[in-house]
Amino acid sequence: MKDFKLAWRNIWRNPRRTAVILIAVIIGVWSMICIAALMRGIVGGMVSNGINTLTGHLQIHQRDYPDDPVVDHRIKDPGAVMGMVAPHLPKNSQWSQRVRVNAVASNARHSTGVTMVGIAPAAEAKVSFIGTSVTAGRYLKDDDTSAIVIGKALAEQFETRIGKKLILMSQDAGGEIASRAFRIVGLFQAEMEATEKRYAFVPVSSAQKMLKMQDAVSEIAVLLPGHDMAAETATRLQKLLGTDKLIVQSWQQILPMVTAVLKLYDYFVFVWFLVIFIAMGFGIVNTTLMSVFERMREFGLLKALGMRPGRIIGSILAESFFTLLLGMGVGTTMGLLTGWGLSFSGIDLSGLAQGAEFAGMARIIFPIMLAKDILGANLVVLILGLLVSLYPATKAARFTPVEALSHT
Amino acid sequence: MSIVACHDVTKTYRQGKVEVTALKEIQLEIEAGGFVALAGPSGSGKTTLLNLIGGLDRADAGRIVVSGNDYSELKDSQMAELRLHHIGFIFQSYNLIPVLSAVENVEYVMLLQGVTAAERRQRARRILDDVGLADKYHRRPAELSGGQQQRVAVARAIVSNPSIVLADEPTANLDSKTGEGLLALMRDMNSRRNVTFIFSTHDKMVMAYARRVVTIKDGCIADDRMKAA
Repeated sequence: MKDFKLAWRNIWRNPRRTAVILIAVIIGVWSMICIAALMRGIVGGMVSNGINTLTGHLQIHQRDYPDDPVVDHRIKDPGAVMGMVAPHLPKNSQWSQRVRVNAVASNARHSTGVTMVGIAPAAEAKVSFIGTSVTAGRYLKDDDTSAIVIGKALAEQFETRIGKKLILMSQDAGGEIASRAFRIVGLFQAEMEATEKRYAFVPVSSAQKMLKMQDAVSEIAVLLPGHDMAAETATRLQKLLGTDKLIVQSWQQILPMVTAVLKLYDYFVFVWFLVIFIAMGFGIVNTTLMSVFERMREFGLLKALGMRPGRIIGSILAESFFTLLLGMGVGTTMGLLTGWGLSFSGIDLSGLAQGAEFAGMARIIFPIMLAKDILGANLVVLILGLLVSLYPATKAARFTPVEALSHT
Repeated sequence: MSIVACHDVTKTYRQGKVEVTALKEIQLEIEAGGFVALAGPSGSGKTTLLNLIGGLDRADAGRIVVSGNDYSELKDSQMAELRLHHIGFIFQSYNLIPVLSAVENVEYVMLLQGVTAAERRQRARRILDDVGLADKYHRRPAELSGGQQQRVAVARAIVSNPSIVLADEPTANLDSKTGEGLLALMRDMNSRRNVTFIFSTHDKMVMAYARRVVTIKDGCIADDRMKAA
């Protein structure tokens, strides 16, 4: 019979009190895991949303384009640029060349500012959301000349539909106003309504012809195999291309708000864990102290028998360990089940549509459960739980046998 | 040769603003194998003296030497070690660990001593047989009578092969018949194993069983009587 057996039995001496601590630990661990997963889902959604919505992992522009996205600031020889860059990209990278300028879209009834995006449909489908987002009509084909795909929300705003014409007007490379009529062939739906209202996709050759750009493009977007390769790859490509004509930016630089939220995320999770633990910790200390004071005579006996203070501390920590372990097991299981359950439908934030869009959040949040978050939550509870249990354990070890045995 | 020697032992307690002298310059020697009762009314200091002999508390003045160990030269950890290996305790209220069975309560001392599991089990069962609890190994204290619990306490005190067993009012919570049975048992242990028993008591039955009665009154030894063999 070992000390652990005694510790295990001791925690069930007062099942109601043990249940109180267990419930606190279970709720604590469950909420830590769920909130971390949901936060990660929100931020992951923001990152994926941002990257998919034409940002990609990297963008290459003429060096003045980011500050002034006009047709004058174009990459004149994109083929040569990709010839230099492609061998230095990680394996399985994809890229797409685009014309991207501000334009005015109009029909008989309405007009509004949009961003005209001239794309190579096949290449673009591998880089951004547009290839899989057309929900009515069809996507662009490489041999299209006057087709246009717009967002569903823009079509509703314009009271138009597939098959109808839409005029796009912008400034061309000669500084003149250029306009062209396109026929709507498809409608796309995006995570955010603002995206649907903002972008109008046409074949890149049509855009180049309309804007008299010849073979020039506004940007080259690159999709890497992983999000975290972007910064290092951007630095490397910038060195390769030099800094006088072209600028290479990572998604972190292009989406500063998302990057800031990502950085805040770890601090937020840490603070959340700490707050949960502080609330739980008071409960653990309180109930463990009650348990210790109720057993003062027993600790007096153990000291009288010759048990060292260190072993008394160890036996109380063992009791806390078993309670925490049990709570962590159930809390983690509940967290995993909650995550699994939410993985089917997600949490629908449509009711907060405008607020969520402003923050760059997706409409439906799916939790992302990582082993390190689950392990982190459990370790925080275990380590801090044992630490706060040291106070009542030390109190028990300090009783002198005489004062403890005389306690009624 | 004395197994316990107290020289000018004094102990004072503070109760609020008042200082109470529980023991005043006690001189006492107890031979090995003794069966000694420290008798006296409540508040006489007998339990205090027992606690000092057992190393559960420290004297404010004087020297206590037990089994050749001078307590004034021992640190708390060394006192704990001495209690573990040389001194057994029996308390008025049994003080068994409620979540352990009879045999586990008896084994616990040997667990602290580092005895192997097989030896612990064997010795615990044998001693429980000796005290007449052969069929109660796996009963928890709540399932035992007062007399049976005290027998388990006696078994626990003896099983670690101590030189001395200190018993504080061991029969106080027992009826006279049960108490007498317990005393007979302890007397038998004393004879067979040559373990020194020192009681703190105001029970006349315990005094009757003792071979030596040391009467303490107001913190001093008032009388010290050895009975004829």
